[in-house]
Amino acid sequence: MKVTVDEDKCCGAGNCVLLAPEVFDQREDDGIVLLLNAEPAGTEHARVREAAAVCPAGAIRIGEGA
Amino acid sequence: MTETLPGTQSETLPEFPGVRAEKCPFDPPPRIQALQQDGPLTRVRLWDGSTPWLVTTYAEQKALLSHPQISSDVTRPGYPLSAPRTAGGSLSFILMDDPEHHRQRRMVQGAFTVRRVESMRPAVQRIVDGLIDDLLAGPRPVDLVEAFALPVPSLVICELLGVPYADHDFFQDNSKTIIKRDTTAEERAAAGGRLFDYLDGLVGDKLDHPGDDLLSQVAARVKAGELTRAEAAQMGVLLLIAGHETTANMIALGTLALLQHPGQLALLRESDDPKLIAGAVEELLRYLNITHSGRRRVALADIEIAGQVIRAGEGLIMANDIANRDPAVFPDPDELDLRRDARRHIAFGFGVHQCLGQPLARMELQVVYGTLYKRIPTLTLATDLDRIPFKHDGQVYGVYELPVTW
Repeated sequence: MKVTVDEDKCCGAGNCVLLAPEVFDQREDDGIVLLLNAEPAGTEHARVREAAAVCPAGAIRIGEGA
Repeated sequence: MTETLPGTQSETLPEFPGVRAEKCPFDPPPRIQALQQDGPLTRVRLWDGSTPWLVTTYAEQKALLSHPQISSDVTRPGYPLSAPRTAGGSLSFILMDDPEHHRQRRMVQGAFTVRRVESMRPAVQRIVDGLIDDLLAGPRPVDLVEAFALPVPSLVICELLGVPYADHDFFQDNSKTIIKRDTTAEERAAAGGRLFDYLDGLVGDKLDHPGDDLLSQVAARVKAGELTRAEAAQMGVLLLIAGHETTANMIALGTLALLQHPGQLALLRESDDPKLIAGAVEELLRYLNITHSGRRRVALADIEIAGQVIRAGEGLIMANDIANRDPAVFPDPDELDLRRDARRHIAFGFGVHQCLGQPLARMELQVVYGTLYKRIPTLTLATDLDRIPFKHDGQVYGVYELPVTW
């Protein structure tokens, strides 16, 4: 799994941080997403997929494989 | 561009918002909920005779709320207004589109990150414990709205913004006027004006004497030339209203719903599992969906969805209360089930306008639901359910009073 985030799209709602805090964080000044781990371990995959699904701004993309 | 269908056709359309059934105060209006079975899009009639689309299903609401060709700009022709609006005045960024919405939202988003909010949890726990101490030491029965549900979020947002809590009667009364559906345009403008002037005064104070609070950060943006003072004051109004009214309603209405579902209440009373409590918050947000007036938008271009074409300039209402009861997403949707996985709900909306303060709302509700029923295990309603005054006339749903005893 390869995760990418779009900082311009992100609206800082924080859903991804609640769901997968090992993978996502937020910038302190404006709440925009920080990607901590672009290639999370298999145990994180379900949570990362859920984070992408609930992201209100569609700012999280998941590439499969690799 | 007209949105009004010919008279005879328009008069047969369901009115929106609808009316809840008398014995089902937690369920959406039955006539509106039933529209879901007719398909994802249908026309409804509003107070002003306009006939925007009502989007009834979860998937289509999410698709449209995140669609690049829909607008939140309340000044555009075709926008489905919830009440008469008076022209002029400064708009808050929830009624603007990107990029200006994004620019202004980012100025305050940092105060509501998951990490920042988590650091406030001990302070919120102290506030909740202190108010429960007062309840237990005070007379019974007591109105839980006045004595607990309103003070918790009001104290929290005052602290965060840097607004004196001593002024709570003033801002709570004016907020109440603004969000009542039957407030006249003049009354709404007057209440909005009073809050605007109040926040404008506070922004002025913070310009001269900045403190460690969000309003001081907003004032600093004025000093830096990034915001006008009017924009700053309007932002303060938005954060102050949104910061106390919504959470207060979730606390009181949530408590009433739990008292009507004693088995569910027992789960919260008997569990110390933060996951169960967090899940319960999500389910109560889904089930109660207090923002029951729909998310409103206007199409900027023709949009094809679910076999229909929404024309540019047509209004759209995403009724998120019925999306959160969509059986395609939530099995047995009308059941309150604190153990279900409800995290996909759209009670906070969806798209780039999704609630800015949601981490704070979640944390406050986790502390409240995780504490109140343990500390007052015999909490019970002090009147009959049919004597509770529900906010049928509110843009935000809830109860005006909740007499309880123990």
